[in-house]
Amino acid sequence: MSGNPRLGGVGLTLAYERRVVAEGLSVDVPDGSFTVVIGPNACGKSTLLRALARTLRPRAGTVLLDGRDIHSLPSRAVARTLGLLPQSSVAPDGITVADLVARGRYPHQGLLRQWSAEDERVVAESMADTGVAELADRPVDELSGGQRQRVWIAMALAQRTPLLLLDEPTTWLDIAHQVEVLELCARLHEEGRTLVAVLHDLHQAARYATHLIAMRDGRVVATGDPREVVTADLVQEVFGLACRIVADPETGTPLVVPAAGRPSPARVGPGV
Amino acid sequence: MSVLRTPGGLSLRWRRRSTVVVTGCALAALLLGLTAVGGGDYPMSPADVLRTLTGGGSPAEEFIVGELRLPRLVTALAVGAALALAGAVVQSLLRNPLGSPDVLGLTQGAATGALIVVVLGGGTLVLAGAATAGGLAAGLLIAAVTGRRGLAGPRVVLVGIGVAAILTGVNGWLLTRAQLMDAARAVLWLTGSLDGRGWAQALPLLGVLAVLTPVLLGYGRALSMTEFGDEAAIAAGVPVRRVRRALLGAAVLLASVAAAAAGPVSFVALTAPHLARRLTRAPGPNLLASALVGAVLLVAADLVAQRAVEGRHLPVGVVTGVLGGMYLVWLLAAQRRAGRS
Repeated sequence: MSGNPRLGGVGLTLAYERRVVAEGLSVDVPDGSFTVVIGPNACGKSTLLRALARTLRPRAGTVLLDGRDIHSLPSRAVARTLGLLPQSSVAPDGITVADLVARGRYPHQGLLRQWSAEDERVVAESMADTGVAELADRPVDELSGGQRQRVWIAMALAQRTPLLLLDEPTTWLDIAHQVEVLELCARLHEEGRTLVAVLHDLHQAARYATHLIAMRDGRVVATGDPREVVTADLVQEVFGLACRIVADPETGTPLVVPAAGRPSPARVGPGV
Repeated sequence: MSVLRTPGGLSLRWRRRSTVVVTGCALAALLLGLTAVGGGDYPMSPADVLRTLTGGGSPAEEFIVGELRLPRLVTALAVGAALALAGAVVQSLLRNPLGSPDVLGLTQGAATGALIVVVLGGGTLVLAGAATAGGLAAGLLIAAVTGRRGLAGPRVVLVGIGVAAILTGVNGWLLTRAQLMDAARAVLWLTGSLDGRGWAQALPLLGVLAVLTPVLLGYGRALSMTEFGDEAAIAAGVPVRRVRRALLGAAVLLASVAAAAAGPVSFVALTAPHLARRLTRAPGPNLLASALVGAVLLVAADLVAQRAVEGRHLPVGVVTGVLGGMYLVWLLAAQRRAGRS
């Protein structure tokens, strides 16, 4: 792979109102990677993702998409290249699954091109890929958290973008649904998409990422292949957590085992 | 859902139910219109009305229809449609079912403009101009206070409630400054009335509607995307800030011009979009259906206002206020019963 990647940020200063989250931040998203951003709470990882997705305008610096400032490009054109699963979205009252997923086609549509045969095919495919096809006519507000998240992912997929950003796609989900969503991401990555996700769980990050970005206090502490990046020293530096790293018995990827801070709990009976 | 595709790659998609609602409302408006134009101290059959409209009436009929009843009907239709459009846009943009020009202080601003003219003196046209200017000024004030950080939902609602409260106070003070006769005229205006409305009120509003309705409908798809939240809308390629500015601007203009034509008729902007949504059962702003429901509502309310009490014309604002208030109470009670308050 040569030249600049399709998506990256240079010298970014990111801030909400008066609170500056990051200064002079530069990142690259390697083409074809499943990049995962990790770091403690409030380290700026979701903020970085929002900047890359252009939902947050950097105070200084530039997010580059295919070599051009993302904010100088037409909104719709960007939306045909880069999709986002936001941390939280609102489903309008009473909207059905099929209707919601169909909205993902917005950047491909126009006043006189409201519902092409391709729109129909892509929406059906996106629902099938995420396993929500049988829910098509159900109102979104009646679904469980796991189903709902898959519906939102289906909407992002219906945008048919080569780049897809996911802001904490597994938060609020139980472990089975987390794995389900991550397996789906892995499959999307295998099909050739470039993915960037913010994840909380280091173990999951190490297992699924092909490229890891570790952040702390608005800075990038380490980047690279998770097998090389995730070390006891790094976890100490980024999270301030003493731990041991063992190989994941399933995949061989690094598994973080926090050091026991006290003797194993021998207390019997319910806690307070 | 129905789809129409042409070989050239064009495609249209519409909901059957929404089409039925829109057609039904248009028919209802037509029937109510014929009734309204045919009724009154000089009753005319629908056939007489049609004959007069096509140029076959007596001079007296020509005058009654062309100069008295038709402009009143057209004003009612246009005011209802404009208020409903403004309400539908505001509710959708702010993602707040209680959002409406009254809540944001736009109608209070229009009232301030009108009351200033009442106190200082001035004709009907000056009053209409001042009311429009007042509504626009209230809109600009909201934009000035919130604008730098973007016109996002909760902040606009809060600032709007503040602006409304301040202007209500100013309006009360202005009323105390007016002469007794002027104050009575002002209170009638503040209730919202279609009495004596002619082409001078209808035409400016029709002009604004003719320009803004296509603009609003053109933005309709973008507007329904913003209901998913700013991040999701931007991700889908909607220039959210620009869309919001343009649409709020249009809503402010519609509400101001409507208030200038008939006074601050209450509850139409709030209830018409709700009713439209219940009828179409479609998510999103339902702009066209809302506009038609609003037009039908106001014409119907004006008919009730003219006929309900024998020999006494009520201001139409009284009827919309009573009916709209009852509808709102019923709506809230029904939602509570359904357990999703």
